[in-house]
Amino acid sequence: MIDNIELLRTIEKNARLSAAELATMLGASEAEVEAEIKRLKDEKIILGYTTEINWEKTYPEHVTAMIEVRITPVRNQGFDHISNILSQYDKVTACYLMSGGFDLMLIYEDDNLRDIASFVYEKVATLEGVLSTSTHFILKKYKANGIIFESSKNDDRQAIVL
Amino acid sequence: MSIDYENKISQTVKAVPPSAIRKFFDLASEMKNVISLSIGEPDFVTPWSIREVGIDSLIDGYTHYSPNSGYTDSKTAISGYIKRRYGTDYDPDGQILITVGGSEGIDLAARALIDPGDEVIIVEPCFVAYKAAVMFAHGVPVVVETTQENDFKLKAEDLEAAITDKTKFIIIGFPSNPTGAVMDMEDLKPIRDVLMRHPDIIVISDELYCELNYADDKPSSLIRFPELHDRVIMINGFSKSYAMTGFRIGYAVGPKELIAPMTKIHQYCIMSAPSTSQFAIIKAAAETGDSLIREMRDEYNHRRRVILKGLSDAGLECFVPYGAFYAFPSIRSTGLSSEEFCEKFLMNKGVAIVPGNAFGRCGEGHVRISYAASMENIKTAMERIGEFAEEVRKGIIK
Repeated sequence: MIDNIELLRTIEKNARLSAAELATMLGASEAEVEAEIKRLKDEKIILGYTTEINWEKTYPEHVTAMIEVRITPVRNQGFDHISNILSQYDKVTACYLMSGGFDLMLIYEDDNLRDIASFVYEKVATLEGVLSTSTHFILKKYKANGIIFESSKNDDRQAIVL
Repeated sequence: MSIDYENKISQTVKAVPPSAIRKFFDLASEMKNVISLSIGEPDFVTPWSIREVGIDSLIDGYTHYSPNSGYTDSKTAISGYIKRRYGTDYDPDGQILITVGGSEGIDLAARALIDPGDEVIIVEPCFVAYKAAVMFAHGVPVVVETTQENDFKLKAEDLEAAITDKTKFIIIGFPSNPTGAVMDMEDLKPIRDVLMRHPDIIVISDELYCELNYADDKPSSLIRFPELHDRVIMINGFSKSYAMTGFRIGYAVGPKELIAPMTKIHQYCIMSAPSTSQFAIIKAAAETGDSLIREMRDEYNHRRRVILKGLSDAGLECFVPYGAFYAFPSIRSTGLSSEEFCEKFLMNKGVAIVPGNAFGRCGEGHVRISYAASMENIKTAMERIGEFAEEVRKGIIK
């Protein structure tokens, strides 16, 4: 029997492990791992696999903004209506409903500041129900998805102490 | 005239051989890009929540000696941990001594208990410090061997046969470094029975790896038998379970009458364990620390399975280790001795592992492979051990 939480935690850290490798690590058969991953995909628990990239090193034009949006909920649909619209934009890489002083948090990635600005004042601010926006630009990424971007820590253990 | 230093050194110290692991590694240290599966300490950095408490104590200016046996809060945290994990009670006032790593506890126990000529039973293959500690204290180590046929567990009849009227105590260490063997409560019952027949014999139980048990969530231990409570000294610590080797914190728990003389030696030699580290372990030993251990243990378990698969693919027989972070496969099928195997493997494939005979004569024919290493290195090393074993069998490597 495969522990699906253990499986998910394992591939959350490393999505590139093969079914055979996972089978060994989890003490299961390859067929069991494949069947479980298929089930998790079918049930939309596993939604996709992405790559963490340090853009700064190779393509510094890449910009990430976090856009706070305050909105008026729509009758019968709450916040879903506007969230669904905003989620349609490819460059919106994340859209969350938040507690606190604003309602939606958008993560927006693009190649230049001007494009982000025009997205905010042309697309977001003009949507019916949007009360206000507040845009923050990410200056430097130190850590994302559990990965520290520039860690200088090497294995400093002594080869032998006894 | 220069001093004849050789003449000045104590005969007792000279009689203790240098660590065989160290001898072997002078070789490895001269080579470049060696993958090391030889290291006996966790590759994880201490969890941040634990480090943070140590740092806070420095900010607050706690930079002085602690009481000799340790801060009350630290001992209370240890007492709570043992109660929670083992179900056994120890009074922070007198039954717990905080030491500089588990190794100090072993040394203290040996010096507190041994009179010259006393015999101490040691279960090999084992941590190399046991024999040395006994010899430094002028004791006579008596070796009981364990074998792969018995999954490297101590057999009651072998223990019984080694006991004489000079036996002062026995040192056992499970989960085992170097074999990875675990003795569960069922395995320990016959050992308890032997001890009940010899009510004078003290037990030193080294349980540094107690949390790295892949078969059972609760540590198995002789301290869980109430009838032995008056004569077991458990040596434990934070180095292996919590990846805190550099903090140098361990502890000894046992009857007040035995902890007191150990504390006397500790007081004269060490005074007190590092204060910063004692603060950090309050966080580690708390119930919230249990999930930190579990996370690392799950990761080790993944690697353990990858190692076992790699060894099996390489045609090297290995009993299934359920503890610590070591595998101890047999390399007899290659026709090489342990030292030959490790030396040729290092020279030809650039992977360092430790010959089994470094941990006692009965470790011959085996090698110790540590999986306190990155998965990437483990996978590469397993590929190479497969190639190596095949090349040796085909006579390509002689």
